[in-house]
Amino acid sequence: MNKPLMDRYKTFDFVRKPVKPGELDVSHKTILYLEDVSVSFDGFKALNNLSLYIDNGELRCLIGPNGAGKTTLMDVITGKTKPDSGSVFFGQTIDLLEMDEPAIAQAGICRKFQKPSVFENLSVFENLELAMKADKGAWPALFARLNGEHRDRIEEVLTTIGLTEHSAQQAGILSHGQKQWLEIGMLLMQEPKVMLVDEPVAGMTHQEIDRTAELLLSLQGKHSIVVVEHDMEFVRSIARKVTVLHEGSVLTEGTMDEVQNDPRVIQVYLGD
Amino acid sequence: MKSLFLGSLFFSNDKTANVVLFSLIALIVLVPLCNAIFPSASALHFSAYTVSLLGKYLTFALLGLSLDLVWGYCGILALGHGAFFALGGYSMGMYLMRQIGERGVYGDPVLPDFMVFLDWKELPWYWYGFDQFWFALPMVFLAPGVLAFVFGWLAFRSRVTGVYLSIITQALTYALMLAFFRNEMGFGGNNGLTDFKDILGFNIQSEAVRVALFMISGLALIGAFLLSRWISCTKLGRVVTAVRDHEARVRFLGYRVEMFKLWIFVFAAMLAGLAGALYVPQVGIINPSEFSPLNSLEIVVWVAIGGRGTLYGAIIGAMLVNYGKTVLTGLLPEIWLFTLGATFVLVTVFMPNGLAGLLLKKREEMHT
Ligand SMILES: Nc1ncnc2c1ncn2[C@@H]1O[C@H](COP(=O)(O)OP(=O)(O)O)[C@@H](O)[C@H]1O
Ligand SMILES: [Mg+2]
Repeated sequence: MNKPLMDRYKTFDFVRKPVKPGELDVSHKTILYLEDVSVSFDGFKALNNLSLYIDNGELRCLIGPNGAGKTTLMDVITGKTKPDSGSVFFGQTIDLLEMDEPAIAQAGICRKFQKPSVFENLSVFENLELAMKADKGAWPALFARLNGEHRDRIEEVLTTIGLTEHSAQQAGILSHGQKQWLEIGMLLMQEPKVMLVDEPVAGMTHQEIDRTAELLLSLQGKHSIVVVEHDMEFVRSIARKVTVLHEGSVLTEGTMDEVQNDPRVIQVYLGD
Repeated sequence: MKSLFLGSLFFSNDKTANVVLFSLIALIVLVPLCNAIFPSASALHFSAYTVSLLGKYLTFALLGLSLDLVWGYCGILALGHGAFFALGGYSMGMYLMRQIGERGVYGDPVLPDFMVFLDWKELPWYWYGFDQFWFALPMVFLAPGVLAFVFGWLAFRSRVTGVYLSIITQALTYALMLAFFRNEMGFGGNNGLTDFKDILGFNIQSEAVRVALFMISGLALIGAFLLSRWISCTKLGRVVTAVRDHEARVRFLGYRVEMFKLWIFVFAAMLAGLAGALYVPQVGIINPSEFSPLNSLEIVVWVAIGGRGTLYGAIIGAMLVNYGKTVLTGLLPEIWLFTLGATFVLVTVFMPNGLAGLLLKKREEMHT
């Protein structure tokens, strides 16, 4: 009966770090698994059997012509759109298709939208406060008070995104680029494991673009980051690994140089 | 520290809010004071009728305030808010009804007149306990609160929003009106509940009770105003505003939007219930017409005219419109609805932020 216990080379389950269901497990290095994901809108396939794997701590760039399905991909990961088929996992254990948007956000997948989405009637400070990692229930929110630690955290993010002077200003009157920054700041406040960043430098000046690149580079390793961007120069400045999407599927993956010299990629972009 | 807290509770950066608040305080001090000092023949002595009329305006102001929380802060255009007012009113009405006792026309010690008339032999189970004030008082909050909870739970969880939500809130109050019209429901049918005699042992017609009810209405309004303003300054208040402005985005920050809507909806329903409970003893009757969709629309008009999302705007709007209604229906009853409709249209077109918005703009212009 005890024979298996005598097997000295076997790794028994009780020796391994136990993984509770619902707890993030990245022991296989991969933090996001998308397999054979398809999404169609009125018969039109926005995503077509797409498979994509993002490593823990990686900074990945997604490029592809307009309508390739990049935003739809983020919608699927964050629970906004349910795919027709396929599976989407966060780590080994968490099935994202069974969760709704708030649950996915609380699990640590946060998103910046293509169109900057900040709360225009709230101040910059309040936008960051709302995003802050905390108990997000209604009653806790009623009695939530900012302590020194929270304020320090907000100040820190304000410095990072260069909006310290605008702290008390209404978010609605910020420039387009500043709104983009504020939204990135809101991502940081959530202390996410995965950041999905949809077109972060649209509407930014050259200087702002450089600073965004710097910021994203400084975050890699701490967070897993997926960036969608059209600005090739920007992509080149941050990308280690690039995935090209075309007509709802992955066309190719590789370094920026490999990808740019791929004849299929050239054809897709020139034919556009 | 404590006085600092009290200061920030009573004083706001918005001067109009302070003016409204201190006018209310002055009102509930001056009216009873005048009545205590001046003899009833004096011009400065408010008649019982005037006191109750003012008291009624105060309960409408509280009702408007509660709708502003839902509409102005959370962005839910609720067209059935009057249902919660009516439920609070019926809870109070049931208590007052059971205080009549043997003094009813039929002299039955337990059954209200309309039940004797319908030849009922026993008090329906849901009338039990309403002879006790300690039971009726929590019901004033619970009856509308539970309805709001159940309705909100179903509607918000299935993410019904916008026009559809407005329409089903209207359907809700309409359905309740039809139900309360039926004699078999046991709420007095189309006559409703009336002929009240006393409240907590005091004669409900007496001037002292009128003045007391007026003061309590004023205190309830002030308390609700301060509490609502406090809530709007908490993180919960900011999440609620964020839901109004960009509902989907709030979900991606990890907030369960439906819970926040539910919280504010139930809270507002309870305030509306309190308003209804204070309204009924001052007007002396509650009947199913309080559930009529038109009543709920009127509340929306008060808030739109006063100005959404400021709390005090709803108070100004409710008081002014109802004063106008009293005057106009006295002169030319037929034109009241047309006047109200026209005012509403004009306000939405030319003053989208209502009177409160107009005052704010005037003040900003003066500064620059
Ligand atoms: N909600 C929707 N309804 C219908 N079609 C949609 C919807 N969302 C996206 N699409 C279509 O799916 C395709 C992919 O869109 P999207 O993911 O936004 O592309 P990208 O972000 O790569 O530019 C586009 O052709 C777009 O028109
Ligand atoms: Mg896109």
